[in-house]
Formats: sequence, structure tokens, C-alpha cells
Amino acid sequence: MNAPSNAIRVSRAEVEDFLYHEAALLDEWRLDEWLELLTDDAIYEVPPNDTPGGSSKNTLFILADDIVRIRERVKRLKSPNCHAEFPHSRTRRLITNVRILQTEGNLVTVAANFVCYRYRRHERIREFVGTYRFVLQHTHDGFRIKARRTTLDAYELGSLGAVSFIL
Amino acid sequence: MRDAFIIDDAREKKFLLNREALVSPSVLQAEMKKVFAKCWIYVGHASEIKAPGDFVTRRVTGRPIIFCRDHSGEIHCFFNTCRHRGAIVCTEPAGNRRGFRCIYHGWAYVNDGKLAGVPGADAYADTFDKNELGLRRPPRFESYRGFWFLCLDKDAPSLETYLGKAKDYMDLVLDQSPSGTMEILTGVQDYDIAANWKLMVENSVDDYHIPTTHSTWLAYMANSGVGIHVPQGEGLVLPTKGWAIDLGNGHFTTDNINFRGRPVAKWIPIYGEDAKPEMDEIRRELVERLGPDRANRVADTNRNLVIFPNLVINDGSSVTVRTFYPENAAKMHVSAWAFGPVEESETARARRLDAFLTFYGPGGFATPDDVEALELVQQGLANWEDDPWSEMSRGMGKESAQLNSDEHHLRIFWRRWNQLMEAAQ
Repeated sequence: MNAPSNAIRVSRAEVEDFLYHEAALLDEWRLDEWLELLTDDAIYEVPPNDTPGGSSKNTLFILADDIVRIRERVKRLKSPNCHAEFPHSRTRRLITNVRILQTEGNLVTVAANFVCYRYRRHERIREFVGTYRFVLQHTHDGFRIKARRTTLDAYELGSLGAVSFIL
Repeated sequence: MRDAFIIDDAREKKFLLNREALVSPSVLQAEMKKVFAKCWIYVGHASEIKAPGDFVTRRVTGRPIIFCRDHSGEIHCFFNTCRHRGAIVCTEPAGNRRGFRCIYHGWAYVNDGKLAGVPGADAYADTFDKNELGLRRPPRFESYRGFWFLCLDKDAPSLETYLGKAKDYMDLVLDQSPSGTMEILTGVQDYDIAANWKLMVENSVDDYHIPTTHSTWLAYMANSGVGIHVPQGEGLVLPTKGWAIDLGNGHFTTDNINFRGRPVAKWIPIYGEDAKPEMDEIRRELVERLGPDRANRVADTNRNLVIFPNLVINDGSSVTVRTFYPENAAKMHVSAWAFGPVEESETARARRLDAFLTFYGPGGFATPDDVEALELVQQGLANWEDDPWSEMSRGMGKESAQLNSDEHHLRIFWRRWNQLMEAAQ
């Protein structure tokens, strides 16, 4: 762990509490509250399965949202006309192997593993497995998410079909 | 004796599709012989294998193939199957290699397909001829402007003859590039849909579904500053007019006046004010090179082109090359790529990729709802024996032009499909 002397000190437990809170908001579809966890310049990305380390500037991603599009995505997800998510999927995220990779100033870079089980109508379970990489900004009011990158382990999206909810 | 696949009644202005065509494993078996083994099928684009030794592996009509450029620069398509005992000889999705070596007994092939090495070759009789044991190829393999296709029918007409008038629309897409050269961009979207593959053909060109299936995408466009007011009285369902065009041989396209923006030179607010000077420059180059009429055609119209049976080029909010094949009667696998001019600047490229994600793909604002619609059709078709016909007569017998929101182009597909399926072997 690399922690320059000007960096804030945070514990893994504090970071874990925040990630568990975020996961609960997403699993419970409390999306307006989730938006409040984001900074005004937040980004949310899911890279393609065949180029997990790529940049959305030169690689076709599954999704790459700035804050404007994240907010539009939430509007869409809350609409009954978001057919891919109506009725809402039931999701359950298990987050583990949380590591603080770097702290610099008030920014904390965090990696975590996740399994997200998705249930939909009479479908069998879809298991999304991968890693999260967050850049968290520490504020007087707790953490805010500045960057959120969800990388899937599967070689192809295949039977997972779509990333139609916030993964 | 089964019922006909289609009822195509010009007098009654009625077109009905037998839903058995979308659910039956025996229909799929027949399709494999009569459609996929007769038509030219998209393999890949030359830009995916730029350097000598580059290769990609994928399945084309369910067959594992190697699409590669050999050491001398020539492009090949091989069946990815060892001539010895049948194993896959190349297990990587993409890379650069001099050749391919089977892990089972070590037979080694050069990247031009020749069998170069057989361990313990002295155990074979003198009738054993390595020259006859190169990697097998599909009977036909041809290209048009970088798009490579295979055909399993050695007697088929040439690819260019097969494409016919569809070439004009491929040319229109390629006119975005100053040199007429576009490339597949990094990052493939590979996903399954629990629906019959032909539903994707229909969905790719059907503008009738957009206001309902994609109302949240239209709302997103409107929120970003795109006008989505639909004029009354012209039979339109979208803000601008669009037509459905028959290109022969089962190929067809929509041809729409653009309202949704185009990275090639039709600005919408999502691109940001910063993009305007560069987009003006792109348009200036188009006008200078192509003249004002053709430049407007490139920049201010969009089209979804179907090359029969399973290649779609959506030249809309961005450009996507999309192909799909049946895993079984009720499931398809989709592969989709973004496609852009080779000369594009970093900023224009980033804008093209960002525009892609506004609509297309498994995380886009529209495609997931298309997937949902197609899967709902397939689920509903469980009742096909009791409710056997789909109603596809929209626009039939109209005096005025066939619009993108009519079902004229869908009927073109089904008529060609039916013709092939009803043909003697």
C-alpha cells in the first residue's frame, strides 16, 4: 500500500462499510439515494470482456457514462418503460477481498471482488462475477464515488445477456 | 404436410407468418442446409487482421474458423479443425502467429494452411501426403471492400453478384472515410438472446417499434436537447421520414432522414459545444470530396442495412457491424463491433464510441429493451400451435412509399427466406 504523507488515513473497515452500503442501495433499487453517493464529475464504466484493461476513448465498452448519462440512466431505470428492468430484477451482491490500493490527498483507490446474482421472472440465475475498482473521495460527510469501474471475468458477456441494471 | 410458412395475399393485402418458422428445431435444421449453406455469410473485416500473422478465431454459421493473414499478407479462412483427429488447432481468440499447432499429437500448420510438421512422420506409408492435409477451407471465400464472406456452396454466384445493390449502401457507409477505408474498433460485444435468430433480422430494421420499445431512449434524447416532435398526418411514428428499400436477393435497408445525430458530421448537444469545430471540418471535407448532395446523404441520413441472411450494418447513431447465428431454434449468439474511418482523430474516435453507447449494445439505452422484446416474442410463441400466425401486413397495398415503420422490408426478408426454404435441395 502506497500512502504519501499528505494522504488521509482511512481503514479498510471504513471502506468496506461504504461499499456494503452502496451495494444495499443498489440491491434495494434506492437509486436516487445511490446518486447522492456520486461526485458531480463521477464516471461509471464497464469495459468489454475481451479488452478489460482498455480505455473507452479508443475501445468499444459495454457502458461508459459520465455523470450526466449516469443520471439519465437512473431516470431510465426508474421508468416502467425500461422494459429490460421492468419488473425490476432482484439482485444480490456479495463483496469481498476489499483492498485499499492507494491514497492520495483525499482520494482513495479501492479494489474489491464481487458476485452479483440476478433473478428475473422465471429465468434461471445469472451470475455476474468480477472486480470493482473505485476511486473514492473522502469528504466531511463520508465517501463519495468519483470513479466506478466494473470488470467482468467472463470471456464474453454470452448468456449474461445485458448489463441493464447498475452493476 | 405442414402449413405454408407464409401467406402472402396481395389481393387481401395480408401477409401472415407461420410461427413454426420461429420455434421449430426441424426448421432450423433445414435452414442450415438451405439458407446458411447456400448464402454468403460474413466472416470478418480485413482491419481485424492488419499485420502478417494476425489471426482471429470465431464461429461462423456455428463452424469454428480461423480468419488470418499469412506471412506474405494474403487473407485466409480455415476450418479450425485438425486434419488428423479433429481437434481445434487454435484456441486463442486473437493474436499473431506463424502457424497453428494442434496440442493433441502436435500436427503443425503454417498460417497459409499448409501442414508443415507431423511428429514421427516415418511411421506413415508412402501414400501419406502432407500436401493433401492442409487445413480445410470453405469452398468459397471472397471480399468486398474489406468485408470478407464465406460460402459453403461452391456453385454460388460471386460475392459481388450476390451483394448486388447492397454494395451501394455499403459504399455510402464507407464514404465517411476520406480514403474510403474503415476499420473495426477494439472491443467486441458478444451476447446471447433467448430468441430465434430471424427475430433479430426483423428488429434491426423495424422502426415501428421505436416509440414503444425505446421510449426511454427517446426521452434521453429529448432531455439532451434533441427535438423528438412527431409531425402529424404523414403516417410517421418518428420525428423524420424514413423509407424501406428493397435491394434484391433478400437484402434491404432503411433510409432515414436523420434526427438522432451522427458522429460523421451531424451535431447534437450530447457531443458538446467543443465538438462543433471538428465536426464542421469533417463536413467540409465530405462536401469537398463528395459534393454537397452526396455529403448530405452521408451526414444527414442514416440507415440500417441487412445483408441476407445475418449481417447487419447499422449506420445510425454510430456505425455497428453486427452478425448473429442460431445456437438453437430459440437462442442466438450476437457479435457486434464499432466501425470507424481509419483517418479519424482521437477526439472524433472517442465521440463515435460514446455515441455508440447512447443506443447500442448490452449497456446501451436501447438494445437491452430490444433483447427484452425479442425474448418476450419467443416466450409468447410457446403458444404457437394454438395461435399459429404472426400478422405482418403493415403498409401492404399502400399507394404511397413504403416507410421504415411499415413491414415491407420485413416481408422482403421472409419472402426470400421462404423461397430458399421451399426450394428443392
